[in-house]
Amino acid sequence: MYRYIVNRLLLAVPTLVGAAVLVFVLMRLIPGDVCMIRLGSGGASVDPHALAACHAELGLDRPLLLQFLDFAWGFFRLDFGISMWSGKPVAEEIAARLPISLEIAVMGSVLAVLIAIPLGTISALWQNSWLDHVVRTVAIAGIATPSFWLGIVSILVVLDVSHALFGAAWMPPIDYVPFWQDPLRNLSMVILPALTIGYRYSAVTMRMTRSAMLEVVREDYIRTARAKGLVEHLIINRHALKNALLPVVTLIGIEFAFLIGGLVVTEQVFNLNGVGRLFVLAVQNQDYTLTQALVMLTVAVFVLVNLAVDLLYAWLDPRIRFG
Amino acid sequence: MVDVTPAYVPTVDAAAESPRRLRDAILHFCRLQPLGTVGLVLVLVMAIAGLSAEWIAPYNPTANDFAAMTEPPSWAHLMGTDQFGRDLFSRIVFGARTALIVGFSCAIVGGVAGLVLGVASAYFGGRLDLFLQRVMDVVMAFPLIILALAVIAIAGSGVHNVIVAITIPLIPRCARVVRASALSIREVPYIDAARACGFGHTRIILRHMVPNVLAPFLIMLTAFVGQAILGRHRCPIWVSAYRSRRRPGA
Repeated sequence: MYRYIVNRLLLAVPTLVGAAVLVFVLMRLIPGDVCMIRLGSGGASVDPHALAACHAELGLDRPLLLQFLDFAWGFFRLDFGISMWSGKPVAEEIAARLPISLEIAVMGSVLAVLIAIPLGTISALWQNSWLDHVVRTVAIAGIATPSFWLGIVSILVVLDVSHALFGAAWMPPIDYVPFWQDPLRNLSMVILPALTIGYRYSAVTMRMTRSAMLEVVREDYIRTARAKGLVEHLIINRHALKNALLPVVTLIGIEFAFLIGGLVVTEQVFNLNGVGRLFVLAVQNQDYTLTQALVMLTVAVFVLVNLAVDLLYAWLDPRIRFG
Repeated sequence: MVDVTPAYVPTVDAAAESPRRLRDAILHFCRLQPLGTVGLVLVLVMAIAGLSAEWIAPYNPTANDFAAMTEPPSWAHLMGTDQFGRDLFSRIVFGARTALIVGFSCAIVGGVAGLVLGVASAYFGGRLDLFLQRVMDVVMAFPLIILALAVIAIAGSGVHNVIVAITIPLIPRCARVVRASALSIREVPYIDAARACGFGHTRIILRHMVPNVLAPFLIMLTAFVGQAILGRHRCPIWVSAYRSRRRPGA
């Protein structure tokens, strides 16, 4: 197992190199660059000399191979360069936004897991009961509901309810405060977006848990455990759930990694200064350094999360061996 | 010799029996799966609306009417109008066609490709598994916006290119989930027995592994339909925002 972990960590290097090549090539395939957007906004024609000066200033006039080697060497030294659009260090831009995205991702994941796995299990055990129908309806509604609509509606509901109860509409704070500085203010900012994304996240997880449990509870070893007289909750927790959780933990891992930089619309609805909005701005401004750094960060998160999930497989199902 | 002719042979009208069996089967399904029945009816209504949009829609979906902006539902406009005076019912009926085409084609293509890659990765294991999963890590981490812009920059705009851009991120998600189930199925005794019997890889994968991973696969497929429809909505917004920021010509 240790050999497998070492192999996977070593394989992270070519994975990151592959991702670096892919993002480098794809960004340069998109016509235009940051200089054209910066100098040509508003539809005015661009002075070729100004364009050339901008290219020289940002190093875009160098051969592509040199640009890539410069980017790769900088990444190897954990120096992500300067944002081509804002002029600030890329590390500073990301560090300012990562905590809030991370906090919402963690809160959304915890909420989803706490809700989805128990409800999915109960729904599977009481199949075709009224509770099963309610849970399935709620889950399907969660999958079908767009997160931006849910976010807007949740804000409106909070405004109306607070106005009705307290005479004044309550709005979450705009500026981000870390949890350790002011927990109440921090939670009041992130609870609504966390519930919004947690609902959708838990909907898919709930359906997956229910489906996996329905398969597992029909297995012979579950019938044998019941025939032996084992208590039902031990059968479910010790035998059924562990075997059913394989696709569920995979889904949880994928969704968690996606939440780090994928909450573009949710961040826009709740006016959060997170990594998702930074991603979209970086791509739209064709800010190569910032986009490349963000993609590399996301790939690194996926690599680590998937390694953790694969290790969890071996714990959940000892028959699984890698290598 | 014993006469085995039955004393009474009931006559069966085969022509009438088949529709009756189909009707009974449908009613049986409706009784067993009421939620599924409701969902199926809704999808069929959307599909019929999309196919017959030209006859059902009372207005041109792109025709502006600035005298009727943001009107509430009425007999003239069943679902009201938007900020440009366009009839919302007509837009929904025409939009259903594209939404269903994009949603189902992305989900099916992405799901099937993910199923094949996930099962193959789990079954063969070893270096193939390591390599495929690293490729999946990279593709999963790529934001849809970069893929969409790159595909459109290379291949041009159009529904089919949007489908390609949306399908690509769905493949590794399905592959990872299917692989998780396939990893435990790989270790069960009947797979070993199949190998011992000398069955080929294709037979073992298609007959023994794929049917057992269909449950998580179908869950991902149904989730993908919604994601694809919403992704189809976001892609054109990003592309038009990107185009509006580019200056026209050098």
